[in-house]
Amino acid sequence: MSRVPLEKKVLSENDRIAAELRERFRQNGLLCLNLISSPGSGKTALLEKTLEALPKSERVAVLTGDIQTENDAARLRRFGFPVKQITTGGTCHLDARMIERHLADWRLDEIDLLIFENVGNLVCPSSYDLGEAAKVVLLSVTEGEDKPLKYPSIFFKSELLVITKTDLLPYVPFDLDKAEENARRVHPGMEIIRTSSTKGTGLNGWLGWLERRKSTATAGAGTLS
Amino acid sequence: MHELSIAQSVIHTVEAEATRHPGAKPTKVGLRIGELAAIDPDALQFSFEALTHETELEGLQLEIEVCPRRHRCLDCGTEFNIIDFDFRCTGCQSTRNDCISGDQIEIAYLDLEEHEPSTA
Repeated sequence: MSRVPLEKKVLSENDRIAAELRERFRQNGLLCLNLISSPGSGKTALLEKTLEALPKSERVAVLTGDIQTENDAARLRRFGFPVKQITTGGTCHLDARMIERHLADWRLDEIDLLIFENVGNLVCPSSYDLGEAAKVVLLSVTEGEDKPLKYPSIFFKSELLVITKTDLLPYVPFDLDKAEENARRVHPGMEIIRTSSTKGTGLNGWLGWLERRKSTATAGAGTLS
Repeated sequence: MHELSIAQSVIHTVEAEATRHPGAKPTKVGLRIGELAAIDPDALQFSFEALTHETELEGLQLEIEVCPRRHRCLDCGTEFNIIDFDFRCTGCQSTRNDCISGDQIEIAYLDLEEHEPSTA
């Protein structure tokens, strides 16, 4: 019997493509975000409000992932920005190759903000790098406030937590402070924004965060890091 | 549930490696899975057995080593495991530290059994 050391990353092919994408995003000075949450936490609703609020001159584009249907892309296209649906046909996450394929006919130098709306799932998307500058995780108040403890990986890897549906707080037994405490237990110092897409609460905080994050992306464009 | 695609990827690597060792039979493949990798070892084991069933690799063992989340202190350099979300350095109690491992999904090794040389 002999043992051959392999020392190979299982997702090395995904990571290779993601690294190429990240480099292309950097060269074009665009900010790329990867939005992740459970199904039904309000990713599409937050994006609708975001696209609605952004000036038409804003160069933003969205790739939205689902297992089936073009529904989300149809919802998001109403605002006049480029939106493409990725239907994974059963796969529970987006991977870098899907992104590469769907970006093929978009000009990255005409985009300043590129958002991926991942497939609703708190587990698998955390393993797949898509070349994004930051992951953003959403948690709605109709879920349990212990979700960060149950799914620590994604809460640790995300730069920002957006708590959604805060307009429903009077009707659900969700402890907002406890949820934030749990998120910061898994990810000390994590940035957190409370929002309600229905009422528009907290959206300025989110848009402000986007603006600040975008200026960091542009600052690094075309320079060697 | 992406364990199936992870298992498929491991099998591809084993098959590729096996072609480099003609006449040897792969008997065990070793993986390292970090606790932050969001992989369920039981589901991975199940997927692996299902995919190798009635193939040339039937019976190939999968050994999974689960690796802890490890951080390095930015103040004193101590490396320590994070247990129950306790981020305090075991050396100096500082909470300023970086994650250095615990996210890996890696194929560590492949065991091969050489066929008995023919005596005929």
